[in-house]
Amino acid sequence: MTTSSNYNARAHGGLTGLLTFLLATLSRIAGAVETPSIETPSIETPSIEIRKFAFAPKEITVAPGTKVIWTNRDETPHTISAADKTFLSKAMDTDDRYEYTFDGEGDFSYFCTLHPFMTGIVHVRK
Amino acid sequence: MTERNDNTPDSPADPTRRRAMNCLAAWSGAAVVWTMVGGVPRALGATNSGKLAPASQNAFTFVQISDTHIGFHKEANPDVVGSLRRATADINSLAHRPALVLHTGDVSHLSKPEEFGQAKELLQEIHVDRVHTVPGEHDALDDGLAGYLKGFDHDGKNRAWYSFDQGGVHFIGLSNVLNFKMGTMTSLGDEQIAWLKQDLTRISHSTPIVMLAHIPMWTVYAQWGWGTADADQALTLLRPYGSVTVLNGHIHQVLQKVEGNIALHTAMSLAYPLPTPGQEGIGEPGPVKVPAGELGKLIGTRQLSVVRGKHELALVDTPIDHT
Repeated sequence: MTTSSNYNARAHGGLTGLLTFLLATLSRIAGAVETPSIETPSIETPSIEIRKFAFAPKEITVAPGTKVIWTNRDETPHTISAADKTFLSKAMDTDDRYEYTFDGEGDFSYFCTLHPFMTGIVHVRK
Repeated sequence: MTERNDNTPDSPADPTRRRAMNCLAAWSGAAVVWTMVGGVPRALGATNSGKLAPASQNAFTFVQISDTHIGFHKEANPDVVGSLRRATADINSLAHRPALVLHTGDVSHLSKPEEFGQAKELLQEIHVDRVHTVPGEHDALDDGLAGYLKGFDHDGKNRAWYSFDQGGVHFIGLSNVLNFKMGTMTSLGDEQIAWLKQDLTRISHSTPIVMLAHIPMWTVYAQWGWGTADADQALTLLRPYGSVTVLNGHIHQVLQKVEGNIALHTAMSLAYPLPTPGQEGIGEPGPVKVPAGELGKLIGTRQLSVVRGKHELALVDTPIDHT
């Protein structure tokens, strides 16, 4: 089942966020050099930061069933909206987070509805 | 990961920031009063002293304010309510009382009911008969314009565009904050343009037009979305008119463009400055933090007057810090 939610991450503390980010980054680096296995279970939660009106990373590849978390680090509110509107966050103020679980394979373009020049893409591959 | 905004205050040694401030300073310090002279908004006089130029006693004058962002409380301006109150005091002290106030959007910062409520109360402190608003994208978060229209439905039709006539001028308010499509600029949309066409059928070409919309109605800087994709469709309808003034907000700085009889102007914010388009060293259109003593020079109001016999309005932009 596909799930999404908005929540504010301030109460979770910066250290947890930092660790999550580092782990996710390490996982991505590791993933880039590994030979893909036939079926990779989703154990990580990729994290995408919104900073200076851009998504970082702008493009990621995840396995089906992966939950992706976006966090807004700007002082300006942003949103996450699928190009085809299949998912849409509420406005995220500073440090607010939005998460969405990608079940099926595909390429999911998304953008900020307030600043449509901000775009990203999530590739979902088995 | 731990890197934060580069534009921290109190770092005068930072050349990037110094450049930014110099650029911003170039936009400020000029006061311009709009006067409708004979049907066209006209600047009574830009003054570097920041003093308000007096409007003629016979002129029909009004005031534009913009981007109050009520609810914003971050470093770029921790007291947006105080900034609006200072602007209100300036407007209330004008020797020639303006007939109305036009607010070109981003009334609130996050579209919260309490922000709209507080904004409405604050705007009632301005001594004019009516304050007309158009929505900014910050007023259209989450529930679209439902929250905004609870407090700012100007003609009772539950939509964010409208027109009215006052002082011999036909005023048109438009919404260009609901049609954001991926990778492009915003747009007005076909329904609104059809409404505009219909609205103008009863207006003679000699009637001065003042049009409001939040996001600039010309492409200031597409990379930051500072423009309206279908603005030309609306402006084409206005080309037969002898005097057209388009007032925008959104970019928190004064810019202008003149196309024949159509003059387009953006205004200062009452909350915080934004960088100049594509400003070197600043890659994104986020709030620019300046030392506390500088902020009041970069935010402010605009007075406009209609002067009979002239086809341009007079305008004066006044920062809230002036003597």
